[in-house]
Amino acid sequence: MIKKIYMYKRFERFWHWAQALLIFFLALTGFEVHGSYEIFGFKNAVVLHMYAGFMLIILIAFAIFWHFTTGEWRQYIPKTDKLRDQVRFYLVGIFKNEPHPVEKTAEVKLNPLQRLTYLGYKILIIPVMVTTGLVYYYVAHGGIHLQSVKWIAILHTLGAFGLLSFTVIHVYMTTTGPRLTSHIKAMFTGYDEVEVKDK
Amino acid sequence: MKKNFFLTMALVGMTFCASTTALAGTADHSKFPELNKKFNKPEDVTRECLKCHNLAGKDIMKTSHWLWSRKTDKMPGRQGQMIEAGKKNIINNFCIALTSNEPRCTSCHIGYGWKDRNFDFTDESKIDCLVCHEQTGTYKKFPAGAGYPAPVRTLFPGNNQWYDPPDYTLVARNVGRPKRSNCGVCHFYGGGGDAVKHGALDSALGKPVKDVDVHMGTDGGNMVCVDCHVADRHDIKGQLYSVSSDNLDRLSCERCHTAKPHTQKLFVDSFEAKKEMGYDIFKNKLYERKKPDETFINRILDKHIDRISCQACHINLYSTQKTTKIWWDWSKAGELNAEGKPVKKKDKDGNIIYDGQKGEFRLAKNAIPEYRWFNGEVGHLLEGDKIDPSNVPVIINEASGACGAKDSKVWPFKIMRGIQPYDTETNMLIIPKLFGKKGSGAYWSDWDWQKASEAGMKAAGLPFSGKIGWIETEMNWPLTHLVLEKKKALSCNDCHSRESRLKNLEACWIPGRDRNLPLDILGMLAFFGAMAGVSVHGLVRYRKSGKQEE
Repeated sequence: MIKKIYMYKRFERFWHWAQALLIFFLALTGFEVHGSYEIFGFKNAVVLHMYAGFMLIILIAFAIFWHFTTGEWRQYIPKTDKLRDQVRFYLVGIFKNEPHPVEKTAEVKLNPLQRLTYLGYKILIIPVMVTTGLVYYYVAHGGIHLQSVKWIAILHTLGAFGLLSFTVIHVYMTTTGPRLTSHIKAMFTGYDEVEVKDK
Repeated sequence: MKKNFFLTMALVGMTFCASTTALAGTADHSKFPELNKKFNKPEDVTRECLKCHNLAGKDIMKTSHWLWSRKTDKMPGRQGQMIEAGKKNIINNFCIALTSNEPRCTSCHIGYGWKDRNFDFTDESKIDCLVCHEQTGTYKKFPAGAGYPAPVRTLFPGNNQWYDPPDYTLVARNVGRPKRSNCGVCHFYGGGGDAVKHGALDSALGKPVKDVDVHMGTDGGNMVCVDCHVADRHDIKGQLYSVSSDNLDRLSCERCHTAKPHTQKLFVDSFEAKKEMGYDIFKNKLYERKKPDETFINRILDKHIDRISCQACHINLYSTQKTTKIWWDWSKAGELNAEGKPVKKKDKDGNIIYDGQKGEFRLAKNAIPEYRWFNGEVGHLLEGDKIDPSNVPVIINEASGACGAKDSKVWPFKIMRGIQPYDTETNMLIIPKLFGKKGSGAYWSDWDWQKASEAGMKAAGLPFSGKIGWIETEMNWPLTHLVLEKKKALSCNDCHSRESRLKNLEACWIPGRDRNLPLDILGMLAFFGAMAGVSVHGLVRYRKSGKQEE
């Protein structure tokens, strides 16, 4: 049976969508700075990318504060229990209309695969992007002097490509709820539809 | 309070007046009885000048304007070796070399009588004070007179113009601070004609608008040459690397614009700075320049100064007003018509693109500069240097510098290319005698490269095997005039794009131009792989769920 539960709090939803918008905009301007296409013009792309980057850093600071004060950070502690089941579900079970191997609740929002993915996102991708981004920024106009920004640029681009692929899979995964749009609606309203095993 | 205010105003007023008087000079030369007499030859004028300016001769004799060379032990490729190098003994790919062609080349020397290697560089009376200081515009040196004006009315066959002897009394009584035309009479016409050589220094700077050159524009800074090219005891600052080699006595934009020009005011707004620079800021009201906003972009532009010369962005195109030579193929010379005169061919705009006397030319106007790293040091081929004929083109004056290297900046260049003769046995670039009378061996009279090479190399004291080959050469001409204001300067995209002006520059990393191709391919594969993966996954889900519902 399908049950509606209050899954995402107001800040969590705001954080998610603000982050989504900023990352989309950073990708748009970032790949222009990378030279992939021309939309805003190089100069504007640089300026807009800089503003969006700092807004994201502020947002991340609030998010870190929120995670620690609410204890939500525990959601990301990796668990190997049922990890294989989860992988098997996406590769096989989902096609057979099998139920999700891990129940989604407000206390345990993430399945073991998601835990690993988001932990990687938080302790690897984001720190790499923020650090290389800041170094790039201070090389461009501040006190950091480098022989070359080559490796900074390459790392930053690597992270950007990682985020790009992540986003594709992330968006697709929202359709794996009880209904195609269940999870997306949940991120707007806070109320998620989850399968509850009949007792 | 009030008293202080008036005192300050008085001081400001006095400084202002003092500077205006200084500009006009403190002596009216037309009132000197010593100059109000008949002069038979130009040396007599010089002697009269030196009676009062009794140190000027000694000062002049130390300058490269007089010596056409400078002692250096820092020339790349010859560090530690004290040599004399300059216009007098370096090779170029226009008329190639001075030696054996003196009377023609030295018509632009600030002296009288440098007609061969025996010119006495210690004779002060041979200094030509007038060419730089006379203000009437009537004083002309004869184009083939070794620096002398025509002694009697003479026709110069090179341009078919008559040259009159100057009225020495008139010009001697009308001397002053050099005007643009004083400098321009030689520097605008280098290479034997307007705009031929430099690409950014031609008669267009005689009276430009600010959209041609913001400093010299009569509606802009309205500066004359010597406002920027200041002199210390006749030693004029600024040098051109077609003939110079040291990072010495250079002028820099930073001198006035500071090292942070996009966020700082000009520092010429203090009286002290003005005095030190010898430049009259009040004349042009440049002191009113406002401090630029300290925006993010302006700070980024300031940071560019570590690596990018001001000229790279503020010179958009070269030869914007006049046509300059960019290719000169001497090997094609020699076509004569039935009367034995050199054949001349013109393009549809009337520019000469072939001359039997000189060979084939290619010309450029509104040309995009080429960009190279440059640290202010240039290694030259001197007369007698050996070249490597397997390494073509031969670089005649190689600009030093590399990305990330100390003092190296990206500079805009006009690159002059051409084909010129070399000795296939000794591997020396040949110094041909071009100018001279019939029978002297001069190419322009005898039309024989063998004779011209023999005569030229002999005059230079160098061997000649008799075997002539032709080789492509390249010469670097850093651009530094035709500076434009910010709204006419290059935009970011001009360099920060795949089709960058710096496309061929070996650079550490230019955002927007550079990418790591394997990373880009992998990244795009990952992105499209993810798209394909989720599409297939979704499709299978859709078909399976459909079946189950049946």
